[in-house]
Amino acid sequence: MEMGFTIKDVRDGLAKGHFTSEEIFKTYSDKIKKDNKKLNAYLSIFDQQSQTNEQYYITNFSKQRAPLFGIPCAIKDNMLIEGTIATAGSKILENYVSAYDATAIKKLRKAGVNFLGKTNLDEFAMGTSTENSAFGPTKNPHDLTRVPGGSSGGSASAVAADLCVFALGSDTGGSVRQPASMCGVVGLKPTYGRVSRHGLIAMAPSLDQIGPLTKNVYDSALVLSSISGQDVFDSTTVPSSIPDFTKNLDKDIRGLRVGVPKEFFGEGLDREVEEKIKSTISKLENLGAKIIEINLPNFEYALAVYYIIVPCEVSSNLSRFDGIRYGHSSKNAKNLLDTYLESRSEGFGAEPKRRIMLGAYALSSGYYDAYYLKAQKVRSLIKKDFDEAFKKVNVIVGPTAPHSAFKLGEKVSDPLSLYLEDIYTVPVNLTGLPGISIPCGNGATSGMPIGFQIIGKSFDEETLLRVSYQLEQALK
Amino acid sequence: MLTDKEVKHIAGLARIKISAKEEKSLKKDLSSILEYIDKLNEVNTDKVEPLYQTTRLVDSFRSDEPRGEFKMDENLNERLIGQAPHQQNRFIKVKSVLFRK
Repeated sequence: MEMGFTIKDVRDGLAKGHFTSEEIFKTYSDKIKKDNKKLNAYLSIFDQQSQTNEQYYITNFSKQRAPLFGIPCAIKDNMLIEGTIATAGSKILENYVSAYDATAIKKLRKAGVNFLGKTNLDEFAMGTSTENSAFGPTKNPHDLTRVPGGSSGGSASAVAADLCVFALGSDTGGSVRQPASMCGVVGLKPTYGRVSRHGLIAMAPSLDQIGPLTKNVYDSALVLSSISGQDVFDSTTVPSSIPDFTKNLDKDIRGLRVGVPKEFFGEGLDREVEEKIKSTISKLENLGAKIIEINLPNFEYALAVYYIIVPCEVSSNLSRFDGIRYGHSSKNAKNLLDTYLESRSEGFGAEPKRRIMLGAYALSSGYYDAYYLKAQKVRSLIKKDFDEAFKKVNVIVGPTAPHSAFKLGEKVSDPLSLYLEDIYTVPVNLTGLPGISIPCGNGATSGMPIGFQIIGKSFDEETLLRVSYQLEQALK
Repeated sequence: MLTDKEVKHIAGLARIKISAKEEKSLKKDLSSILEYIDKLNEVNTDKVEPLYQTTRLVDSFRSDEPRGEFKMDENLNERLIGQAPHQQNRFIKVKSVLFRK
């Protein structure tokens, strides 16, 4: 599949005068109008007039210094762009107009980007296939009968089909990395606290993190540098300096210690994925890295922990949808209680309903200790496993997902089987660590892209990206 | 397995009206997820402290001064209040909270 323009390509093209930012925007815009019908990657598209960013980059940067000047990009539809619709993939927000810019959006504006539109997602980012969107599923550009992964499936599909230069997604349990894996692009979840979530429609705030989906590792580093940093509107953002993440990509990885958890190669991992992951690990060895087998004894409990913590936070978060202040309000309500009951019943799809109810149950009187508290204790043990492992290694590697992209409709009737898609990505969110998925070739059986996951130490995206970049070059 | 009564009770807590058909499928789905989650009981967590967050930031305070990032004006007011499905004269209209029996 033709990857199209990277950020660097567009910057070069603009610098050499091959095209103007207006022309490159129009090229993408026209392509979206033509191809989006078959992919359903975008839920809404913008025209260039609506978003001249002049006031931003002229006051803050000169054009040359704006690192993403003129780059056409796509945004997952759970992030707010002032004056435009943000649906979060839900009927309940079908007509919701964003009152302000998310911090990540403001930062991208300052960096000079142009927004092409908003991309499809599982409703409120709850899902692993984008089939839970209230606005129809997104298709995988490598095979239109298959899912793009999820929940940032629209963003991943748009990047893979070259319907944008890069996209933003959000990752609560794998929602950037898993679709990146299934669509053959690079997906990064930064360390929890690196990127502000202000203006991201919350799913599970103790886990949510915004991250870029890009065509290569260099672009990923470039976008991360632009969206990182402390924000007064998100008190979980950490006051640390933001390095230029592209600076050390070129340095070799000789002597670097790479951990391979034994537990990642157990039951449930597809044969074709295992083959690719193992051959990629041997590529790292060829690059001079030292491969070390490690143990994550509590890995098998991560998904169960996740499916307590997430529903609990979801049930609390989504209580704001009451049919009163914004969003869908039922026409059938006769009294105040009806307004809640009917509006939520009509507005939410099946998966949010499941998670809200699961959370309400787990947090209800008498169950808190057995579920929520128990889960947070096991989470503590999982964190300890990673802390121990990182005493011995610099990065941890393995598969991003247990298999390549599956067929549309194949798993939709079994929520638990869709949950299992995130088995390798969820522990990274529970521990707040940074993780990335990079394409490592196509499966021998399915012919579909397979993602290689690299997990870094807390706030060490630099090493994470350097390993990714070196590996990417070796895989070419 | 959750009982029908439990599913109805949870739906009430969650403020979601569910149909008889939804009740049936939710009963099945929620029960199978809860069954999966039960595997956590295999783990010994005596003397383990819960981990609620990972940033290690504690008490992220700021000085109690207006920050001025959001200036309320007619335009922003309209963008916020204007989203309400039922309004009257720039107020959000809510069904009566108190009523006579």
